[in-house]
Amino acid sequence: MTKGILGRKVGMTQIFDETGTAVPVTVIQAGPCKVLQVRTVDRDGYVAAQLGFLDKPRRLSSRSERGHVADIGSARAKKLVEAGVAPVAKAGCEPQRFVREFRDAEGLEVGGEVTVNVFEGMKSVDVSGVTKGCGTAGVMKRHNFAGQRATHGVKKVHRHAGGTQAGTYPGHLFKGRKMAGRYGNDNMTSRNLKVVRIDAENNLLLVRGAVPGATGGYLVIRESNKVG
Amino acid sequence: MSQQILKMVEESSLKKDVTVFEVGDTVDVHTRILEGTKERIQIFSGVVIARSGSGTREMFVVRRIVAGEGVERKFPVNSPRIDKIEVKRRSVVRRAKLYFLRERSGKSVRLRERRV
Repeated sequence: MTKGILGRKVGMTQIFDETGTAVPVTVIQAGPCKVLQVRTVDRDGYVAAQLGFLDKPRRLSSRSERGHVADIGSARAKKLVEAGVAPVAKAGCEPQRFVREFRDAEGLEVGGEVTVNVFEGMKSVDVSGVTKGCGTAGVMKRHNFAGQRATHGVKKVHRHAGGTQAGTYPGHLFKGRKMAGRYGNDNMTSRNLKVVRIDAENNLLLVRGAVPGATGGYLVIRESNKVG
Repeated sequence: MSQQILKMVEESSLKKDVTVFEVGDTVDVHTRILEGTKERIQIFSGVVIARSGSGTREMFVVRRIVAGEGVERKFPVNSPRIDKIEVKRRSVVRRAKLYFLRERSGKSVRLRERRV
């Protein structure tokens, strides 16, 4: 079973471990998550569970979002019941802000809750999120190019890339040449982050190192599949 | 909200009774040092020339002269490896960072004592 939970980045700090070493940690508010839907092999062809994180006010939610989590007596649902179709199970909770599906998550029921306790005894996790958007960025920031010299005749091109291609042959640029452009605001996964502490009482998860995105950004946390 | 959560997380790493000391104080810092399996205590004494940061990241810099050469060591205030901090002498200082002491030597390094 894939173990996972949704969360939100709270920020970074450092704590001391039992040997007195300062450990840089990211604090993640992880869960509690509601189980909104369960996918089964019979119905959907694969096994998964859909989790939702953080309540969203009803006035900000669309009708479809409200109907997804609770029975709101839609005309279609009524018609289906009249036709003798069994109603779909609903979680019966408030609409959720952040909804994601976890593959192979077995043993969960619609309306159930997933807490940070699923990571109990786990050594490391993978954390996915959306990185900070940097807008248009030059090659030094975007691709870690070295730039050019500060002196020795370099004029106004200190942060430029060097040459981009060969000469007459092949006579054109190959696709995928690293250049300046939009940087950030991409999905990224930090893999194999060590679990430092689990605070079930406050729904907090502390992992060693940085995770993608800004403070307050939504995160998907999964059991690490990296060995060793 | 997130700042409050961070504060709560840091609380577990903060020491309950940190000795009160200020910039300009002459202190003895007792640090626990692990040699193989044996633990011993090393004392570093000198003048506190700076304090920086907050929470678990709060640090202080101690400066002393060893064999005519200035030596500075930076410690985390809340580090469990610090056994204790003893204040030996307090002095009158008029700024938060005493970096000007680096340029001085001999008698001019002395700071005026503050009687408490």
